Amino acid sequence: MDNRLGTSTLTFSKGPRITSRYTLVGPMEGKGPHALDFHEILSDDSLGQKTAEKTERLMLELAITKTLEQHGTRIKDVQFLIAGDLLNQITTSNLAASTHTAPFIGIYGACSTFAEALGLGAVLLQGGFANQVLIGTASHYQTAERQFRYPIELNVQHLSTNQVTVTGAAAAILSFAERGPRITHATFGSVVDMGLKDPHDMGSAMAPAAFQTIQQHLADTQRTLADYDIVITGDLGKQGSKMLRLLLEREGCSGLERLQDGGSQIFGDWQSVGSGGSGAACIAVMTLGYVLNCLESAKAKRVLVVATGALLSALTVLQGESIPCIAHAIALEQ
Amino acid sequence: MQPKEYQQLVQEHLPPRPIVKNMLWAFFVGGLICTIGQVVLTIAQSYERTKNEAAAVTLAAMILLGTILTALGVYDEIAEKAGAGAAVPITGFANTVTSAAMDFRREGFLLGMGSKMFIIAGPVIVYGILSGFIVALIKSLVLGLL
Repeated sequence: MDNRLGTSTLTFSKGPRITSRYTLVGPMEGKGPHALDFHEILSDDSLGQKTAEKTERLMLELAITKTLEQHGTRIKDVQFLIAGDLLNQITTSNLAASTHTAPFIGIYGACSTFAEALGLGAVLLQGGFANQVLIGTASHYQTAERQFRYPIELNVQHLSTNQVTVTGAAAAILSFAERGPRITHATFGSVVDMGLKDPHDMGSAMAPAAFQTIQQHLADTQRTLADYDIVITGDLGKQGSKMLRLLLEREGCSGLERLQDGGSQIFGDWQSVGSGGSGAACIAVMTLGYVLNCLESAKAKRVLVVATGALLSALTVLQGESIPCIAHAIALEQ
Repeated sequence: MQPKEYQQLVQEHLPPRPIVKNMLWAFFVGGLICTIGQVVLTIAQSYERTKNEAAAVTLAAMILLGTILTALGVYDEIAEKAGAGAAVPITGFANTVTSAAMDFRREGFLLGMGSKMFIIAGPVIVYGILSGFIVALIKSLVLGLL
């Protein structure tokens, strides 16, 4: 257990890095405040495909291919492909993986999937099981809307706590090459269920999970929020971020000015998206786009990415179950 | 923190709903849709023989309008502002059927569109018929007793 700190944090002494990355987003995300942080902005959200499910799969395939190209690596030199998405049976990832020969680990963590992949990839590298791991995730507004909510053109008035699923995909290669930010720690969170049942306010449901993982990470590493230049949570949205701040304030936590949220920031206030963005691609494109740009341009030296996921299904909501939530934290350094 | 305590905290910090604004939007947009319906009805009455026939023409025209606006991707934008003002008129009912048909078309005409077209409208029909039956039953019982 040499690679553990405290009760739940893993440390990666061998210094696995994010050595290649690619992000692509839909047209709406491309009009948001972080447009310049992404590698590619799609001009239409269908990519000429007949169904949004096909588009989502193609986006993931594109992100994977471009990441490999940028790295100058072929897929046969990658020991693992770790991917996940929001759709039932993670079909997007399964179908995208079927076009590649790399051993595939499919994961599901709702909107926290990206951090889960990042953490697992680092574990495989640290453990000596691989020297190159490819990770990827994707989500599409229309596929998520269909699976979790209503038909796309239905007359629904959204609440200000509603979040909009981000259309996009992101992929990265983790390796020991001498470039890119280091993955120093991973804190895998446990499932937190505060008994909230409103699928239209998932930010409030996820905030306690983010709170618990942040507290755990800080306790294990004996750090404070102020030790990080940016602490970015994934997809809490404006409402969830408000709840997280309240929870941290009650514990007397300092350094709250370091807190940012991928979901709250990916869209502009003028885009009328309720509480903000969500979806598996949200924190993925924000981390591999915005956060890594900050690290590369030395605007930030050390960053904590806390990706949150609401682990509900359309069925459990109808059956009156509460929403179990999770958060995983990954520390990155320049 | 206990779940109950947190649920209480969430309740205290939910953003207020803009009820007055929503009601005004619903009133004016719902009113506008009904006014369009009335114009169609008045025109139809000028050449249809009975009031029932004119009403049937009006319903068909309003359903067509709701369907076209849905297909163009406009109706959900209207509803985002107008809420019940767009959902309650028959154009809203047309929207529930059309939007589901558009969505599930991808899974084929039979098991996709055919079987899922009424996924939203279904409950309206089921409980519409049920409540109609109950009201008719009460009416006949009351009139029977008199």
